[in-house]
Amino acid sequence: MTTTSVEATGRASGGAAGVSPAAPGRNGRRGLPGTARHWTAIGFAAPLLAYLAVFYAYPLWRNIELSVHDYTVRAFVQGDPAFAGFEKYAEVFASDAFPAALVNTAVFTLVSIAFQYAIGLALAVFFHANFRLSGVLRALFLVPWLLPLIVSSSTWAWMLNSDNGIVNSVIEAFGGSQINWLTSPDTALTAVIIANIWLGVPFNLVILHAGLQQIPDELYEAASLDGATARQRFWRITFPLLRPVSAITLLLGFIYTLKVVDVIWIMTTGGPGDASLTLAVWSYREAFGTGQPDFSPAAAIGNLLIVIALVFGFVHLRMQRDWEKS
Amino acid sequence: MTARPLWKTALGVVFTALMLFPVYWMVNVSLTPTGDLRRSDPNWFPSDPTFEGYTAALSQQLPSLGTSLGVGLGCVALTVAIAAPAGYALAVLNLRGGRALNFLLLVAQMIPAVVMAMGFYAIYVRLDLLNTVWGLIVADSTIAVPFGVLLYTTFMAGIPRDLVHAARIDGAGAWRTFTKVVLPVSRNSTLTVALFAFLWAWSDFIFASTLSRSGEYVPITLGIYQYIGNNTTQWNAIMATAVIASLPAAILLVVAQRYVAAGVTAGAVKD
Repeated sequence: MTTTSVEATGRASGGAAGVSPAAPGRNGRRGLPGTARHWTAIGFAAPLLAYLAVFYAYPLWRNIELSVHDYTVRAFVQGDPAFAGFEKYAEVFASDAFPAALVNTAVFTLVSIAFQYAIGLALAVFFHANFRLSGVLRALFLVPWLLPLIVSSSTWAWMLNSDNGIVNSVIEAFGGSQINWLTSPDTALTAVIIANIWLGVPFNLVILHAGLQQIPDELYEAASLDGATARQRFWRITFPLLRPVSAITLLLGFIYTLKVVDVIWIMTTGGPGDASLTLAVWSYREAFGTGQPDFSPAAAIGNLLIVIALVFGFVHLRMQRDWEKS
Repeated sequence: MTARPLWKTALGVVFTALMLFPVYWMVNVSLTPTGDLRRSDPNWFPSDPTFEGYTAALSQQLPSLGTSLGVGLGCVALTVAIAAPAGYALAVLNLRGGRALNFLLLVAQMIPAVVMAMGFYAIYVRLDLLNTVWGLIVADSTIAVPFGVLLYTTFMAGIPRDLVHAARIDGAGAWRTFTKVVLPVSRNSTLTVALFAFLWAWSDFIFASTLSRSGEYVPITLGIYQYIGNNTTQWNAIMATAVIASLPAAILLVVAQRYVAAGVTAGAVKD
């Protein structure tokens, strides 16, 4: 199934796509006759094609199937669910949790990536100056990104603990009053956003730093000769020339953040109530988070997430294509 | 040579210290005696370090560490076995429909893990694959395979064609060219792919908590999670387990920092 669709789309887009890879392709074909070469290529790609069909397409198909049936636990094991059409989707949209989850998802994603990007960019510019130890320190910045999410999330949960957490201890030392970070509906979303910003800064720093390396030094030298200040150099050279890298970073950040379950689930399980519930966490909660698994609405929410991710995925691809052309 | 001011280094150290404070705190709490954990003003330094947390962690979590190690290595093997030949087909053999396949892989990376988890759960329930190491290896590999293929494709597309042609002229078939020329040259890509496949499998929480919730094969991430649920008083043991679970990441960062950076920027920055 997957193989044919790949072939079909491949041929359809062949006209437009054929331009760039043509040169190496013509050279490469010298060794073997066309058809034999074609079959060899398919042979090498076969494990991947089979893998995609069995472990991607099939689970996704099962997921769609889940969302249009009424899967109770019994029906799940016996495999005889009643067909429900778009009923489950309607239930999800009409649910009280839906507006809350939608707003939380938007706030969580946008605030997270805004801060991750701003802090990441500031640090990237700072580390770009290549002072002593800058390489070592920059490598250390990767640590939060490499740690298992359960490790960082539970550490943050303990740091933000109401009675014994270090954060409240510091706040109280400065005369503030105790904040129930994870257990108050007013602060739960803020708490998980703080942890998530911390998690995302390394990724932004590394990519933006790599982007900075590609800006030619001569531009800065010329600007310095013209008497440009550091601020002017940033806003007139760095920022505009970094735009393509910034766009990709923000978009990837958006797609990753949209999917986040672990951090929120481990710290607050989406609560208290629905205070820190995002769409992804909601889906997880319905399917696996309670004693009563309810797979059909969970699958419906999951498919909704895929649609949102795909829309932005297409934007990403467009951007990358435009960028490769330039 | 321009002067490299020391204040920048000092500021850099301060930033790094702030950033790594949670990591320090994890280590600090892991060494705190149980009696001091509930104090309202926590100890800033492990002045009276205890290893009771580590003893508890090791006595209870050793099997989970073994499971995670096995799952991680299995995931590396599966990912490389699928991604390397696919990269060869796409980059060197110019697979027809390659661009469409690349596109599918990019899309695959955008699918939320929770959706995949539900699909896998529905399949595994029927096949009786829940709570098995193999089931978890396959599920975890879906995080790394699309990344692996894209990384191999990018690298192999840059291998000089003359190298491949020379092998062909010497009479090597496609398979020999792949194993004797292309794979050895792509060593660094293999290291990067293997490193990330291992780290992602080792760190995975969503698949572990859905497909491997009970039974004897519980990976370390779930071990920590159940730990939090079971004994909220012994945070030193929880944090000790967390420290142990972080060791692979720490070791890999020290040993293979170059490959880590290569993997993070792959796909996002044009070289």
